[in-house]
Amino acid sequence: MITLSLGSPREFSMRSRLLLFVLLALLGIPSSADAQVDTFQFDTEEQQQRFRHLSDILRCPMCQNTNLTGSTGGVAEDLRREIHRMIMEGLSDADIEQFMFDRYGDFIFYRPRLTAETLLLWFGPLIFLFIGGIVAYGIVRRATPMSDAGVPLDKSQQERLEKLLENKR
Amino acid sequence: MSRLKYFVPVIVFLGLAVVLWRGLYLDPKELPSMLIDKPMPEFALTTVDDESVSNADLPDQIFLLNIWGSYCLPCLIEHPTLMRLSEEGEIPVVGVNYRDRKDLAQDWLVDNGNPFSFSILDESGRFGIDLGVYGAPETYLVDANGVIRFRHVSVLDETVWQEEFVPAIAELRAGSGQ
Repeated sequence: MITLSLGSPREFSMRSRLLLFVLLALLGIPSSADAQVDTFQFDTEEQQQRFRHLSDILRCPMCQNTNLTGSTGGVAEDLRREIHRMIMEGLSDADIEQFMFDRYGDFIFYRPRLTAETLLLWFGPLIFLFIGGIVAYGIVRRATPMSDAGVPLDKSQQERLEKLLENKR
Repeated sequence: MSRLKYFVPVIVFLGLAVVLWRGLYLDPKELPSMLIDKPMPEFALTTVDDESVSNADLPDQIFLLNIWGSYCLPCLIEHPTLMRLSEEGEIPVVGVNYRDRKDLAQDWLVDNGNPFSFSILDESGRFGIDLGVYGAPETYLVDANGVIRFRHVSVLDETVWQEEFVPAIAELRAGSGQ
């Protein structure tokens, strides 16, 4: 922790508040100020939740490392408006995701759909883990007999061993 | 054979390295369009000059669909190329004035010249969404049947025209005898 010569208790609380703010900023914990979303009217809480969820999981095609919730890009603004419209028209989340997919493809999803094309993306790491496991298993299995007993000693070795044990006594 | 297996990790590494090395030079801004080989989305809108347009007004030959806006600086860079293509009659160019204001769009065309047969006015960006547009400039190559065949994201200069569009158009013409 940071130690500084501290002034009055009031100053301390200012400081810790500032510190907290800096830490949160560094951690990238989103505060409500990041969201670009709160200008839409919904009939129900559930609709609003769905809107939040969809804008969180969909990626802005222009500013590629933000979701629709966080993006100030023009196209993100338009897409949020479209999501709002479709929710109000009673379309399901699956319909809305399909709408986005038809226009922007897998890129629009942070979590790509499971299709033939994305199969390697989804299971590639598992395949590598599996290969690594096999290799590790092979190495361990081959290494074991070397360190283990069970290799019979020949006659001279046996005699030497007994002599050594004798001496010990 | 038993010696060979010691080289397997090296081969796997080299394979992976080649794939990742190529990946370094891919432009992450160039997303594949979902509309390739799909018909132009249906539209019934107005032009920048207040005339109503729909799919029926599109050229019945191979043409370019260029997404532009008066705010768009790269559009100025590609503008001379679009002007040349249009003036020399090489290919018709239809504009989509994307997320712009009509008066600003009109001024821009007066100031810089108008290479477009007409410009579809898309102030809301709604038509852009149907095209899968994510920002001007983008240029689509559409065939005589109104099917989208190719998309280029960002500036269409003479180099891009020669290296990407000319071969794509030649291929289309060869394929359909147009």
